Amino acid sequence: MAATRAIAPKPDEKPDISDKSAEVAMRAPRRRPRAWRWADVGEFAGSAASALLLTWLIFDRFLPFRIQGVAFAVAWYALTLPIYWLVVRDGHGPVAARDRLASILITTGAALALSPIFLVVGYVTIRGLGVIDFGFLTETMELTGPLSEAGDGGLLHSLVGTLQQLGIATLIAVPLGVLTAVYLSEITGPLARPTRLVADAMTALPSIVAGLFVYSIVVIRTGWGFSGFAGSLALTILMLPTVTIAAEQVLRVVPGSLREAALALGSPYWRSVLLVVLPTARAGLATAVILGMARVVGETAPVLLTVGGTNILNVNPFSDYQDNIPLFVFNQIRSSKETFVERAWGGALLLLILVLVLFVLARLAGGAGPGGKSRRRRGAAK
Amino acid sequence: MSTQETEARQEATAVVQPAGGTLRGVGVSAWFGSRRVLEGVDIDMRAGVVTALIGPSGCGKSTFLRILNRMHELVPIATLAGSVLLDGDDIYGTALPITEVRRRIGMVFQKPNPFPAMTIGDNVMAGLKLTGRKAPNREQLIEESLRRAGLWNEVRNRLNAPAGGLSGGQQQRLCIARSLAVRPDVLLMDEPCSALDPTSTRRIEETIHELKDQVTIVIVTHNMQQAQRVSQHCAFFLAAEDEPGRVVEQGATEHIFGSPEDPRTADYVNGRFG
Repeated sequence: MAATRAIAPKPDEKPDISDKSAEVAMRAPRRRPRAWRWADVGEFAGSAASALLLTWLIFDRFLPFRIQGVAFAVAWYALTLPIYWLVVRDGHGPVAARDRLASILITTGAALALSPIFLVVGYVTIRGLGVIDFGFLTETMELTGPLSEAGDGGLLHSLVGTLQQLGIATLIAVPLGVLTAVYLSEITGPLARPTRLVADAMTALPSIVAGLFVYSIVVIRTGWGFSGFAGSLALTILMLPTVTIAAEQVLRVVPGSLREAALALGSPYWRSVLLVVLPTARAGLATAVILGMARVVGETAPVLLTVGGTNILNVNPFSDYQDNIPLFVFNQIRSSKETFVERAWGGALLLLILVLVLFVLARLAGGAGPGGKSRRRRGAAK
Repeated sequence: MSTQETEARQEATAVVQPAGGTLRGVGVSAWFGSRRVLEGVDIDMRAGVVTALIGPSGCGKSTFLRILNRMHELVPIATLAGSVLLDGDDIYGTALPITEVRRRIGMVFQKPNPFPAMTIGDNVMAGLKLTGRKAPNREQLIEESLRRAGLWNEVRNRLNAPAGGLSGGQQQRLCIARSLAVRPDVLLMDEPCSALDPTSTRRIEETIHELKDQVTIVIVTHNMQQAQRVSQHCAFFLAAEDEPGRVVEQGATEHIFGSPEDPRTADYVNGRFG
């Protein structure tokens, strides 16, 4: 008994297990074949450290000239790989060494792919954070001149414009897009193929073209002039194909057996679509809508030609110049005054936050249906 | 107009048992595109009798079942010949609208398919909602349908839970309850137990047994013992290679399993092929 006790206790055992299970655990210690050990971390950290020192030696002591920065990092990385490979081969054999090396290369690839996102978001956050405060969200640029501080003024007028234009565009594009998706996936009439083709092609429509179209038809032809509504129309054109294609894909995932079940109960086709197919796809449809909104919220070119841009708060989207956040950024960043440029970065940060909020909403909506909820519950139970 | 009238009529006829409709396939043939899968099927499915359709895979029995409530035509290339009479009316004729046909001839599918976006209670009521009818006494109808499907005691306390949380066998009985809630005359079952465990299977067979006098049941099954247990009438389908499926033999279940006339039937029911 004493002997078993002597070899049994392990530091990685859970401390709060009851006596009986502790005894069981003593007899057969739990193994975690895939868990990493401190030795693995140590091997890698040691390799990286020795590579760092080697690089320093080469760069600071051997080379007749100084190269710093990027070259240093690249050399460090390049030296880490063979050292780590040698270390692992020595300890675990060549197969394990190749395996670890491949893991590192693949992880590097993933990190490189992710880095632009983090760089962009990080840079915008650092530049913009200094400007954003309460006043930035509640003041306009009406009384802000070239000599004002960067903290003066704000983009209330742009925020209001963005929300109104996005709202109107969503109100127009979502019913149209969802109806088109229903046509494509449920009715599949003779026009389905060309419609899908056009929708696919329209996702690649240059946004400036949408702006030009609305500019020439609505702004000029009708004599309506610049207005937030014209901007909404341009955004609608851009939003429609995104919503349509995303919604169609969601509707396609609804199992055909549900449609059959509804029809077998004696339901007319339109009722089975309305009461069974669309509610089943509800979460996915919400995601499609929000993806469409996120697609257009940052568009600058079409609103430049249709909304006009102004420094004054205009809450009526149907007449006169409005502003929105991308336009605000565009107009401020072109200024030669440093204060204006700083405000532009604040606007850019706010735009990023807006997109982030939309994506979080999309994720929430994606997991909000009865099916999604139970999925999450099942995941938690495991 | 006649929801209540029909209900009243059905309740009246329920006293004079057995209730349910008589379904009759007359010279039914079916094609998918140019391929003929079913030829000259005549089967009488009488009220108060459970009719089992048996036969190896690909012999057309599921196709025949789907012809019985006009689900066959959901496949774009599907065509058919012959007629199906429900209490004497051709269901492919102009007298009966397609939605009315499908309401009177309900169907339970091979895989349980409750509506995931609805609660258990809503699933039971889905048929009424989908056919655009009002339910005067929702709770009562839910309870009655679930009781008839043998599910009431298991779900009575969670009628507002999502239907996806039920087990496979419970989901299948929920689908049966959903079909029963629209008060069909005939209930078609396409291998209703093939995705279920033995306990759920037995539960559903009990349900079939209890329902037999209230609605005409036609069941497709691959399980010989099941056909023997639940049915009184039995039709054996067979398709030779590159030929459409035909009914080789039909008659009382005891007869088909006890003393079949055709040697192929004897081979099949005794498990020598298929």
